[in-house]
Amino acid sequence: MTTTAQAPAPAEPQATKPARERGSYLQQVLDSSATTIVVAIVIALVLASLLVVAADPDAQKALVYVFARPSDFFGAAWDAVYSTYSALFRGAIFDPQASGARQIRPITETMVSSVPLIFAGLGLGIGFRSGLFNIGAQGQVLIGAAAGAWVGFAVPMPAGLHVIVVCVAAAVAGGIWAGIAGFLKARTGASEVIVTIMLNSIAAYLVAYLLTTSVLRQPGSTRPITPPVKDTAVMPLLLGDQFRLHLGFLLAILAAVGVWWLMERSTIGFRFRAVGANQDAARTAGIKVTTVYVLVMLVAGGLAGLGGAMQIIGTDKTFQASSAGSIGFDAITVALLGRSRPLGTVLAALLFGALRAGSPLMQTAAGTPIDLVLVIQAVIVLLIAAPPLVRELSLVHWAAVPFGYDRKKAAA
Amino acid sequence: MKKIIRAAALGGAVALALAACGSAPEETETPGSSGSAAAPVDFTACMVSDEGGFDDASFNQSGYEGLKKAESDLGIQVKTAESTDPGQYTTNVDSMVQANCDLIIGVGFALEDAIQAAADANKDKHFALVDSAFSDADFNPVTLENAKPLLFNTQEAAYLAGYLSAGMSKTHTLATFGGQPFPSVTIFMDGFVDGAAAYAKDSGTATKVLGWDKAKQNGSMIGNFSDTQAGADTSTQFIEDGADVILPVAGPVGSGTLNAASQHDGTMVVWVDSDGYLQPSNEQYKSLILTSVMKQIGTAVFDTIKASVDGNFTAEPYVGTLENGGVDIAPFHDFESQVPAELSSKIDELREQIISGDLVVDSPSANKVS
Repeated sequence: MTTTAQAPAPAEPQATKPARERGSYLQQVLDSSATTIVVAIVIALVLASLLVVAADPDAQKALVYVFARPSDFFGAAWDAVYSTYSALFRGAIFDPQASGARQIRPITETMVSSVPLIFAGLGLGIGFRSGLFNIGAQGQVLIGAAAGAWVGFAVPMPAGLHVIVVCVAAAVAGGIWAGIAGFLKARTGASEVIVTIMLNSIAAYLVAYLLTTSVLRQPGSTRPITPPVKDTAVMPLLLGDQFRLHLGFLLAILAAVGVWWLMERSTIGFRFRAVGANQDAARTAGIKVTTVYVLVMLVAGGLAGLGGAMQIIGTDKTFQASSAGSIGFDAITVALLGRSRPLGTVLAALLFGALRAGSPLMQTAAGTPIDLVLVIQAVIVLLIAAPPLVRELSLVHWAAVPFGYDRKKAAA
Repeated sequence: MKKIIRAAALGGAVALALAACGSAPEETETPGSSGSAAAPVDFTACMVSDEGGFDDASFNQSGYEGLKKAESDLGIQVKTAESTDPGQYTTNVDSMVQANCDLIIGVGFALEDAIQAAADANKDKHFALVDSAFSDADFNPVTLENAKPLLFNTQEAAYLAGYLSAGMSKTHTLATFGGQPFPSVTIFMDGFVDGAAAYAKDSGTATKVLGWDKAKQNGSMIGNFSDTQAGADTSTQFIEDGADVILPVAGPVGSGTLNAASQHDGTMVVWVDSDGYLQPSNEQYKSLILTSVMKQIGTAVFDTIKASVDGNFTAEPYVGTLENGGVDIAPFHDFESQVPAELSSKIDELREQIISGDLVVDSPSANKVS
């Protein structure tokens, strides 16, 4: 891990690293952010299992006489936790109970669920590294999805071309929506946090309104839902009809590579990062900070808009006011969890995709409330935000102390 | 002081310990004696909510209660899945198919596509859909052999409520607002407006209904089904504009209207979906509830499950009407003595006219069943 350029910290890690004592190999491994994230995920799963037990009626009954016959309580608790997590595994990774090719369907579902999160998360990551805290991915996803859906059902086009035009339309729409915030910040200094939050509301109500007019609503219907996109606009499936995995997943991976190149190898990306590290220094060095604001928001919004379009032409086919779900907000978590890096974002999106893909089976097979998935996500974020807390709670870190690990030396 | 706290803490700890020391039940398990009244039946009924979730104090909850009743009365197994956004409808219904459900019920029009696709692909299973019929891509109604729509002519009951409200209003001004412009919401408002207009015509007194224009299908929407404060603000605005009977069609948001009405003497509220007077959450303000426009979703769900268990399942749409009691207005409760006998008998007369077909209450959102 090289830099963490979210905050305009005057002390760049490049400068501090040699000065700080490198410590032992063990120290480095345990203090790395990768370890922190993995441990945070494990702790979140453990905490969530406590909630599973607390919510389980059998365990509740057995707890009343836990001292008289502890085996009942622990048996019930184990059953509850085991059935929950095995359902999560069967829903998100591999289902040994299914037959034939359906066994690997869960992992493809995880990939499908992660596609919009990867796109939106990549966009947010660019913003975070450029010092722009863009909360507006939700609105950008929604506007992108609406624009993509409209092109998808209203504009007849030959196959192949149609998908491309839908993607371009969604990216442009999302980009413009985010660009408003970038432009206002560049021109007037308006806080992008507030502007993007407000733009989320405007997008939600604008879309809800358009869905009651003939622009988006299915003709002849009174329901606020668009007609399905034309067959020519549907993302090609990668593994045949049995799976929902579509080309969008490969595009998302390509986008991640593209973002990596943009941020690490291109001049524009260098300017983005320079502004993120220190605006004043960047301005002194001759970088047009205001232009960078607008560019960053255009790119971020474009990616988020693409994520919205993937949801429509990849899986949903029709668009409605709630099509964006909580993608935009989950993507913030994904970007933070991935430390705003492309690879990290893809991995974090896959984790969130797995939680999402596994939740239906958790409900049906194990009877676990869907809210638990939200708790797991929230606890992960809480822990990621406080690495010292993770080290405090982690058994691994405690166990490493006798082998020369110094918890106090760990830098946050 | 400290001693008291210590004593209390000690007492609490002892109580907890004693509670945890409760004697274990006998090891021998007697199957079937676990509280369910009916003998277990090898039948699994499953339900998928829309994004409102089963605790929405509205139609998801009504459907869920029907499912729970079937579980205890019929001795069947049930499974439920809540959706948080439309992306999950297909996966949730699919996971129900995988879980070997015999009957899968989708709640809300939003699940139409998911239920329809699953019904097409699984002819051996039964499906039902609350609040929507099935249609093809061009919005022509279609009938599926194994999927039953559960529909409600809500406008009929709303018409009676509108007539009653107009008759009870002293300011001759009524008001209504919705959560979001869904057909299942605006159908209430259409009937309410028509009922009020009928009273105005019969009595010769002009009556205004604020918040909904039936011809333009446009009116007051607060934008969601959760913001109680927005409901209270909207209602206060209506009251200040002269309205004294308000119909909030936004599930739990109606409690905001009750709150606003309680601060303005003489304001009455018409509840929706279930009898609001009997809802425990409305206990404080129940005396403000004039009546309720009821949709018996729970009963429809229960009857559908029962038919499927008994082997009498048909795909013929269930349509709740005034005639079969699937929709109606609730008793007046505290207002019983204040509703003039004349008005009350006129309402009964209108009910008979609607049932006999002499009076047709129409709404663009009404169910078009082929």
